[in-house]
Amino acid sequence: MKSGLSMFSLPGYDAFLGFLLIAAAVPILALVTNKLISPRSREGERELTYESGMEPIGGAWIQFNIRYYMFALVFVIFDVETVFLYPWAVAFNRLGLLAFIEALIFIAILVVALAYAWRKGALEWS
Amino acid sequence: MMTFTFFATSYLGIAGPGLDLKSSFVDSLQSFGLSTEMARLLWLPLPMLLVLTAAMVGVLVTVWLERKISAAAQQRIGPEFAGALGVLQPMADGLKLLVKEDVIPARADGLLFSLGPVLVLVPVILSWLIVPFGQTLLISNVGVGIFLWISLSSIQPIGLLMSGYASNNKYSLLGGLRAAAQSISYEIPLALSVLAVVMMSNSLSTVEIVNLQNDAGLLSWNVWRQPVGFVIFWICVLAECERLPFDLPEAEEELVAGYQTEYAGMKFALFYLGSYINLVLSALLVSVLYLGGWGFPIPVEWLASWLSQPIDAPLIQLVTGSVGIVMTVLKAYLLVFLAILLRWTTPRVRIDQLLDLGWKFLLPISLVNLLVTAALKLLFPLAFGG
Repeated sequence: MKSGLSMFSLPGYDAFLGFLLIAAAVPILALVTNKLISPRSREGERELTYESGMEPIGGAWIQFNIRYYMFALVFVIFDVETVFLYPWAVAFNRLGLLAFIEALIFIAILVVALAYAWRKGALEWS
Repeated sequence: MMTFTFFATSYLGIAGPGLDLKSSFVDSLQSFGLSTEMARLLWLPLPMLLVLTAAMVGVLVTVWLERKISAAAQQRIGPEFAGALGVLQPMADGLKLLVKEDVIPARADGLLFSLGPVLVLVPVILSWLIVPFGQTLLISNVGVGIFLWISLSSIQPIGLLMSGYASNNKYSLLGGLRAAAQSISYEIPLALSVLAVVMMSNSLSTVEIVNLQNDAGLLSWNVWRQPVGFVIFWICVLAECERLPFDLPEAEEELVAGYQTEYAGMKFALFYLGSYINLVLSALLVSVLYLGGWGFPIPVEWLASWLSQPIDAPLIQLVTGSVGIVMTVLKAYLLVFLAILLRWTTPRVRIDQLLDLGWKFLLPISLVNLLVTAALKLLFPLAFGG
């Protein structure tokens, strides 16, 4: 077991793995218990897709315009930006003024990108 | 008093800072002749099961509070027959959902349909890894700390999208897409406002973040130095939890129940559980990041000198340790109470208003907040964590 635990070079992450197993066991146990004790019947129109009491017209797996994909693209840019800023923020007390100016330039470039996306209408829902 | 102090030092192991249950557990097992390795291994699952139980009890209490407070807001009585004041009602609900039939629609994708709720619930439970209730009272003080929560919370939209798509139902699909769009829109202001707190604490560790807020009691809480960040964080947390006024993914007047439409029985219960665990977790994290976590409103040093005890006296350590847990939970439940009241006082926003608020208001403001924090930290290093 010693060798198994020393596999983790970072301290504290063995607990992460252990808790992942426990957290995953919760829904699995719940679903298995449900399967074992719940009644089962497939009669009638029980398995019909719900569409406000009507017979469903067509499926939902069709091609249609997802209006959110531009948001998703902008999200990726800013999410990566945030990840880059985390180490900067943690070490900021040791970096001083120069790091502040560098981060200012970095954020300014992204603000220009945000302004561009805004002007282009990427942030409009309609 | 002497015997009590002896008990406290020998069995609870509070020689170090705060309650250290781990070393006392390991020590007491070693006294039974087990090896240190073995004792540590036996310890490992205990805090996890304890936190998991705490989370579940927290959900039961929150569900009961939600029903009671909602009832009071509408001048109803609410649940009252299951146990005194209806406290057993959430248990009865859970039991009912456990024995209900599991219906998978004939046209749905069975595997993704079942995997969706699991993928929503597991990351939310896993985030409890970093919630501290005291100096050493957390499962693991991992190096990435609060960042772990931010990365885990990005897994949730995948589960929502998955269950919305797998249902093969138009309401579910629209609800799932809305949920994903909402989640990603509010994640960036959320991460940026956490970033400002991290900058003031010089650390990602949740324990460090709380420690830096407990120099002068109430006055040194982050909420005074980060008022804008606090408001942004709270709004984003409500949006991430899909609480009113941001509950568009399951807006019942338009989308029946959004991505949950086709779900019944235990799988619906997993969504329900997930959203309430997320609410309690978020409230706990607000209290950790901005409201001093387990800290008292009055500095502990004053209390110790008032009781004329040295600060590291076992009795003081025991009292601060256990009252610290109460303080964390109390602050979190005040925020839960606020969230429930908000549910009955604010109307639901439209999807375009929601996205505008996230992208055109909260994102620029949180960027400015971050830069202002950095500038203030350069100007006044002492007040902003050195």
